[in-house]
Amino acid sequence: MRPALLFPLLGLTVALLFAGSLLTGPAAIGLGDSLAALFRGEGEAVVLVMREIRLPRALLGLMVGAALGASGAAMQGLLRNPLAEPGLIGTSAAAALGAVIALQTGLAAAFPPALPLLALAGAVVSVLAILGLAGPRGGSLTLILAGIAISALAAAFTALVLSLSPNPFAASEIVFWMMGSLADRSMLHVWIALPAMLAGALLLAGTGRGLDALTLGEDAAATLGLPVARLRLAVVLGVAALVGAATAVAGAVGFVGLVVPHLLRRAVGARPARLVPAAALGGAAVVLAADIAVRLIAPDRDLKLGVLTALVGAPFFLHLILKSRGERP
Amino acid sequence: MVRAGILALLIGTAGFLLWQGPAAPDGVPAALPAERAETPPVPARVVSMNLCTDQLALLLAAPGQLVSVSHLAADPRASALAGAAAALPANRGLAEQIFLMRPDLVLAGSFSNPATVDLLRRLGVRVESFAPETGMEDIRAAIARMGALLGRQAEAAAMLARFDADLARLAAGAPARRPRAALYDANGWTSGDASLAGQILRLAGFDNVAEAAGLHRGGTLPLERLVMADPDLVVSAARRPAASRAEEVLDHPALAALAPGRHVTTGADWVCGTPFVLRAAADLAARRPALGLGG
Repeated sequence: MRPALLFPLLGLTVALLFAGSLLTGPAAIGLGDSLAALFRGEGEAVVLVMREIRLPRALLGLMVGAALGASGAAMQGLLRNPLAEPGLIGTSAAAALGAVIALQTGLAAAFPPALPLLALAGAVVSVLAILGLAGPRGGSLTLILAGIAISALAAAFTALVLSLSPNPFAASEIVFWMMGSLADRSMLHVWIALPAMLAGALLLAGTGRGLDALTLGEDAAATLGLPVARLRLAVVLGVAALVGAATAVAGAVGFVGLVVPHLLRRAVGARPARLVPAAALGGAAVVLAADIAVRLIAPDRDLKLGVLTALVGAPFFLHLILKSRGERP
Repeated sequence: MVRAGILALLIGTAGFLLWQGPAAPDGVPAALPAERAETPPVPARVVSMNLCTDQLALLLAAPGQLVSVSHLAADPRASALAGAAAALPANRGLAEQIFLMRPDLVLAGSFSNPATVDLLRRLGVRVESFAPETGMEDIRAAIARMGALLGRQAEAAAMLARFDADLARLAAGAPARRPRAALYDANGWTSGDASLAGQILRLAGFDNVAEAAGLHRGGTLPLERLVMADPDLVVSAARRPAASRAEEVLDHPALAALAPGRHVTTGADWVCGTPFVLRAAADLAARRPALGLGG
């Protein structure tokens, strides 16, 4: 597919799914009533449902999906490894740990920006650990092993903090932090996540050409005069801000950053500068679709988002492993 | 290691001997009529391991008869008798700890750990189990049964007389036009009429929106459907310590906008089937005029 066609098509899909997300929910409200309430503020209870419950949910689906898709594409470009993904290499798990610490210590209640900031800090630590363990030229095996170790460690600490909480509900929320959900989020969560996500998006926007040059290899990129160290720092901070903010409000949603860049890589000619924005749109579409699906499958149950993305993503991951086994001796 | 092994062996042997000893009173029916000659002797050392039996026993037992209550009974968020409970040794519902208190009657809830209850019975301890009460008749039956078990029939009869009088006074004060309320708690859980909280709400003169939603026993009511049901009053449990995502829904702006200033919290009186539920209902009914919901 030509890139000229790809972006309008992706944009249209996201717009349709965003509208679909606004019109999906357990309260049976007609199409006309929903739109009148959303845009003109007609109908007291319906306005509350549309503006305070469904709008933030749809906005967060869009933001979280875009953040995860773009992060996956940028990390794969930086590490030149198709398996680099925030969920697989422990970035999401570490961000969740940061968020849980912010919530359980009461820091987030006293100072709301502490929630995304601590999640961001967790994400930065995990990405730096991955870079240190796997190295900039580390093979897939080292990367995945390091990722498993960091994921397990972060998940264990998250479970520990939640189990020790005096709140009787906290321990059962380990599932939320591992699987993610957008149920009953409010505009408050949108405002908490938005600044960090914008900062992350700006950081990644400046890395496109650098990531393109990096496809030639680190040495070749350096001879082209590319400041490799600065590029790496920008990608690490950008990804950490995006994943940290997304995880702080929606939990760890896996596999979006793995599947979406893969589906779009050929269409954009394997150029990271184009893949990152395309994957942002694709990620938004996937998370919006998954969030519509969880509400259609089990309207009253708060089925977790990560359940659906893993059901699609894990078989895809197996496919990638089989493919890479065929390529290597 | 060796000493621990010997100790384990001794405890095991002791347990085996006790188990082999006098037949455990498993076959004894739960509530024998008090007049009958074969009524079990009045227990002198009673241990309660359930928050709700703790409170009924604290209300009815003779001085010194109750030797331990569960650790939850001293928590003022969950127990209406936290002060009185704090004066007694607390147990954490573990068989070893309870057995060493040498009780001749253990009071448990029907949701107490079945492994603990089985072990205590195997060790020859008499265990009486109480199901959670979901209505006023259940509470009356529990009071009468507790009185019979503790040999305090006269105290139980007096308590029942007060209970009936309070109940009649509440029923007389019900408003002609009943405002609509929602019981809404962590994770969007709502309770219907077939629950203790639902019965308290009804006694306080409110209709429950969970009934219209078809949730007679209770269940998850999505926030969207709560908003569309548009209740006059939202009743939630008081917040537990520390943070949880489950309780975040109670801070949702849509909930705050739904019934501004008409969001009340419940306390320890709402938790267990004791006469305190009538105090909970009377407190809520007394707040109706201030909330602008009928006198």
